[in-house]
Amino acid sequence: MSDICLELRNIRKSFTEGEEVLRGISLAVGRGEFITLLGASGCGKTTTLRIIAGLETPESGQVFLEGKDVTALAPEARDVNTVFQNYALFPHMNVADNIGYGLRLKKVPKPEIRRRVEEMLELVQLPGYGKRKPSELSGGQRQRVAIARSLINNPRVLLLDEPLGALDLQLRRAMQIELKRLQKKLGITFVYITHDQEEAINMSDRIAVMNHGIFEQVGTPNEIYNHPLTSYVATFVGNANILQGRVKELRGSRALVSLCCGDALAETGTDPVKAGEEVLLAVRSEHIHLEQNGHEGLEGTVLEKSFAAGQLRVSIKLSDGKEIVASRYGIDADVQPGEKVRFRFAPEDAVLVDRGQTPEKTAGSSAGEGMPAAEGDYGNGGNGHA
Amino acid sequence: MRKRHSGAVWMILPLYIFTIVFVAGPLVYMVALSFATAREGHGVDWIFTLRNYARITDPVYLQTFVESLQLALTSTVFICLMGYPFGYFMARLPEGRKKKAMLFLMLPFWVNSLIRLYGWIIILQNKGLLNNVLKALGIIRKPMKILYSYPAVVVGMVYVLLPFMILSVYSSAEKMDWSLVEAARDLGASRFQAFWTVTFKLTLPGLLSGIILTFIPSMGLFFIADILGGNKIVLVGSIIQEQMTKGSDWPFAAALAVIMMAVTTVMIAFYRKITNARELEGIG
Repeated sequence: MSDICLELRNIRKSFTEGEEVLRGISLAVGRGEFITLLGASGCGKTTTLRIIAGLETPESGQVFLEGKDVTALAPEARDVNTVFQNYALFPHMNVADNIGYGLRLKKVPKPEIRRRVEEMLELVQLPGYGKRKPSELSGGQRQRVAIARSLINNPRVLLLDEPLGALDLQLRRAMQIELKRLQKKLGITFVYITHDQEEAINMSDRIAVMNHGIFEQVGTPNEIYNHPLTSYVATFVGNANILQGRVKELRGSRALVSLCCGDALAETGTDPVKAGEEVLLAVRSEHIHLEQNGHEGLEGTVLEKSFAAGQLRVSIKLSDGKEIVASRYGIDADVQPGEKVRFRFAPEDAVLVDRGQTPEKTAGSSAGEGMPAAEGDYGNGGNGHA
Repeated sequence: MRKRHSGAVWMILPLYIFTIVFVAGPLVYMVALSFATAREGHGVDWIFTLRNYARITDPVYLQTFVESLQLALTSTVFICLMGYPFGYFMARLPEGRKKKAMLFLMLPFWVNSLIRLYGWIIILQNKGLLNNVLKALGIIRKPMKILYSYPAVVVGMVYVLLPFMILSVYSSAEKMDWSLVEAARDLGASRFQAFWTVTFKLTLPGLLSGIILTFIPSMGLFFIADILGGNKIVLVGSIIQEQMTKGSDWPFAAALAVIMMAVTTVMIAFYRKITNARELEGIG
């Protein structure tokens, strides 16, 4: 018996006009794991979720639940429940009837339904709300009812489609913590969808970054944030700057890269790299340090300064026309738009990305990433669930 | 401010006058008439009497009432069975096809319903289209006598009133949030269970208002019974019409009409009670 709870194998799906929404995705999710599908709208994350739920059929590929192929099973025959984006609470039933819906279908005796509904209301911190109608609840309360309604069936996997999207920021933060607490307590596998990178990093054991129907990278929040494999992951998750250059020489695990504005050291990452190769280098804006009146480091021209959320952001134009952003806390920076400026970044904060990958190759390699490399080991560095 | 206000009153006033003169007035007149005495031959004497209502209890008229209700009920059952699925599937069509379906549904309304009913005579008569087709298919040997029978009248009722049911069901199914059905399936409901516990419950107001829109007229559409039923099927509407024209007993016709109106009012009150209760429960 393996530890894999849910597995997707090379799922493909296209809607009209032959446009592929999912271009062969594979993923293995461990039991009790909290995995997040992170991506911009239209990347295929909701379609993935609907395929797992059985609300959509893939063109090819398979879905395995506890080792059993469920690809052809109807949604009601799968041990999977979904928390829908708009909650989808039944307006003609009160809260208790909504939560007890799944049990009523299973013909569970009434007193037991009542008891378990009470337990669920207790669990989502809405005791005494059973008699209310969904229309009498606030957004956050509806959210909790939707979660309770899905959890009462004791699903193997709970799917959550941007469940906090409609809530305001404060409530969203509180619900993030609560959801995580709930998941830990129940030990149920969560597949969570969001486009919010902070939410993904806060809650997940692993994150699968999706883009144009493929997984760009699957890994722990730490891996995704600090060791992005692709420029998309680096920019989407870490708001990184991407610099273009050529490898001059290798120095152990680092490469000296010749950029348009000077030379810099960067981590090579896992894939081998040769001298003379064209590379892309990702550096997050908070790691770019401006050198006040220095003569060392890289050079650019200040375009503009702006201040937001306690951070000063300085955008710098490089000689190859690219723009990068340096940010830091505080508002003091002796630079003015139009001035030449020197900057540098530490080698460990720079990483080579998009190692010569075309989209097709990315699809192939990410399919490999999501697959268990060996028995008991699933995914790329997927130890976060332990 | 004052001037604008009085201006608004003047704008609405014609509407009030129109309503009083053409709606409330005739109604009051009809109720009053139902308590008046019919003069021998022609005309009305304004002498109070309950004789008109007493006359309705005459077995002949009572039976007409019962038969009218039966016909209305039969027609409504068929209309429900055909109209509900029609309206439901129409609401599930893609946007462009919805408009086309709506157009086809409204098309017959552009032709007078009397003319359309005469079309049914051509279809239903002994040597008509239906019998010919059935004979050609070898289902029957001798032509069936459909025209001028009870089934023909039901066919006519269903034909004329079906669009109202379809539109009524369609308008409530159109407002359905279909993700609720997905949620039901996701929670373990089969297709049928999801339909019955969610879709049907949420489209029930549409079905109920469709029943009101078809049941009430089907008691009164005497011309359908006249055209397709020959003189065999007599409805309350037929009696009213007869008493108004040939019989010249206006007070009795008025009494029959008042009873019909009472039945209608009770039904509408019942419908409103159900839907209002549901609205309070948050169905909207």
